[in-house]
Amino acid sequence: MNTSPLRPGFLIPAAILLLAVVAPLLSENRYLHHLMIMACVWGIAATALNLVMGYAGQVNLAHGAFFGIGAYTSGLLMLKLGIGFWIALPLACLTAALFGLLIGMPSLRTKGAYFAIGTLCFNVIVTVIIDRWENLTEGQRGLLGIPPPSAIPLPFGLTVRFDNNMVATYYLFLIMLLLTLFVTRRIVVSLMGKDFRAVKGNEELAASIGINPFRTKLIAFVTSTFFAGLAGGLYASYIGFLSPDISDFHVTFEVLIQVMFGGIGTLAGPIIGATILPVISETLHALAAYRMVAYGVMLIVVIIFLPTGIMGGLKIVWTKCITRK
Amino acid sequence: MLFQTMGLTKRFGGLTAVSDLSFGIEEGQIVSVIGPNGAGKSTVFNLVTGVHRPTAGRIELMGRPITGLKPYQVARQGVARTFQSTTVFGQDTVFENLVIGHRLRTGSGLFSALLVSGRERGDRKKSMAKAEELLSFLDLEHYRDEAAGNIPQEAQKRLSIGIALATEPKLLLLDEPTGGVNLEEDDSLIRIIQKIKASGVTICLIEHKMKMVMGISDRVVVLSYGSKIAEGDPQSVSRDKNVIEAYLGPGYAAKD
Repeated sequence: MNTSPLRPGFLIPAAILLLAVVAPLLSENRYLHHLMIMACVWGIAATALNLVMGYAGQVNLAHGAFFGIGAYTSGLLMLKLGIGFWIALPLACLTAALFGLLIGMPSLRTKGAYFAIGTLCFNVIVTVIIDRWENLTEGQRGLLGIPPPSAIPLPFGLTVRFDNNMVATYYLFLIMLLLTLFVTRRIVVSLMGKDFRAVKGNEELAASIGINPFRTKLIAFVTSTFFAGLAGGLYASYIGFLSPDISDFHVTFEVLIQVMFGGIGTLAGPIIGATILPVISETLHALAAYRMVAYGVMLIVVIIFLPTGIMGGLKIVWTKCITRK
Repeated sequence: MLFQTMGLTKRFGGLTAVSDLSFGIEEGQIVSVIGPNGAGKSTVFNLVTGVHRPTAGRIELMGRPITGLKPYQVARQGVARTFQSTTVFGQDTVFENLVIGHRLRTGSGLFSALLVSGRERGDRKKSMAKAEELLSFLDLEHYRDEAAGNIPQEAQKRLSIGIALATEPKLLLLDEPTGGVNLEEDDSLIRIIQKIKASGVTICLIEHKMKMVMGISDRVVVLSYGSKIAEGDPQSVSRDKNVIEAYLGPGYAAKD
């Protein structure tokens, strides 16, 4: 096995990480900074969805709801109770995970398409509740003026401020993305990750060798919702405004497509999808109503010709290069 | 008795698939469950392993009741099984299949994973050692890094037995271990089953191939329409009038 530090499995991610770290310093372009911040938010959400869908094989179509629950939890805590960002953010993650537990317990008793439809229904219910519970959520008026992350004091009287500081915000979000990725990697390479794979591969066989399929799926599901909540919480304090749309099933499908496009069941795939797809979607803005048509055609082409996404395509190319040598 | 069922009964609606079945297996023996198609053999396995809940009756392993446990709990009690249709984790390598098979003997969970605890490292090492041991036991070394779904059917059969063995069971249930395999390839599977017996694992198998049943079984239990119609050593069962009638129809039994 190739374990040298120069192997592509190490070199390429290292190069991309370096690029991600220096990129905001090379340009003053606020729009670029915005895209990079959003890539981190969607990258966390997509990595989380990939954990339950790509690794544990459960097509959870309520991901947008957990993103929304995380966003509204941190938004409401900061706005209505005046709680600071650094407390509100972990609480947003935990609240999303708690809902994940409550929803996962009944819905994970179903399988395949039934699970997908069940979770989709839950997604719709959450959006309706956020929309109608106006006393709490302000409904369609939305939550306005959610503060940015509070400043971090540093030694020597310095502080890192996040208001109107997109570069600092970007670095904070990048760290959160790397943290998510780190935890995901730890899980998928561990024995627990092997349980995920086994349950995805064949639930009956997994049970016959002593793996509790329900518990395994629940762990994957709750962990996934925890990070969906993280993505939502970060989004809330960056954008500063929330409306019920942010928990909508469109968000679910947006993230789902990012995962599929980038490469389901790979660590890098969801991040590639979360970085590229929003850019393509924005670029197609000029096409106005035809945008979604172009978007749809492109996705169909990718899914037909690259069913394993961009990462799958890269792997095929790489294998060909090696065998030709 | 290592294992026994008492009055085991399963009704699916109006159909009685298994009716008042009592039989036992002594430690270290190979017991075959045979019977015509639809006799309820696989249902018995599914009842023992918790896939189906019995309508009535008891199942005991080493004197402890395992009736009504879920499949993963039955596995943890020490009962492993293979399936009639060859079942492996097709996307994973042969080696990975055996590693995951040992999972229930390891305790690492989510937190061990996050912390990469010593426990996780030790468990991983232990599982890999077990997998290596089984690779050579089952003569699968040359398929080690191949995707399990791509290796020949007969090797997949051996692998599916290996996955079950990786759980270190007390009792191994084999559902047609040579089903779908050429006659010439039966011998390697028979040798493996005998090796497993020699290693001290008790075996219960469902089989159609009589040559094999007669050759390796210590005892044979014959089912017909869900009921036990005969039980005993292979020779006496093969001469049993009820058994011959069940297989060939009434009138074929040799008249004394």
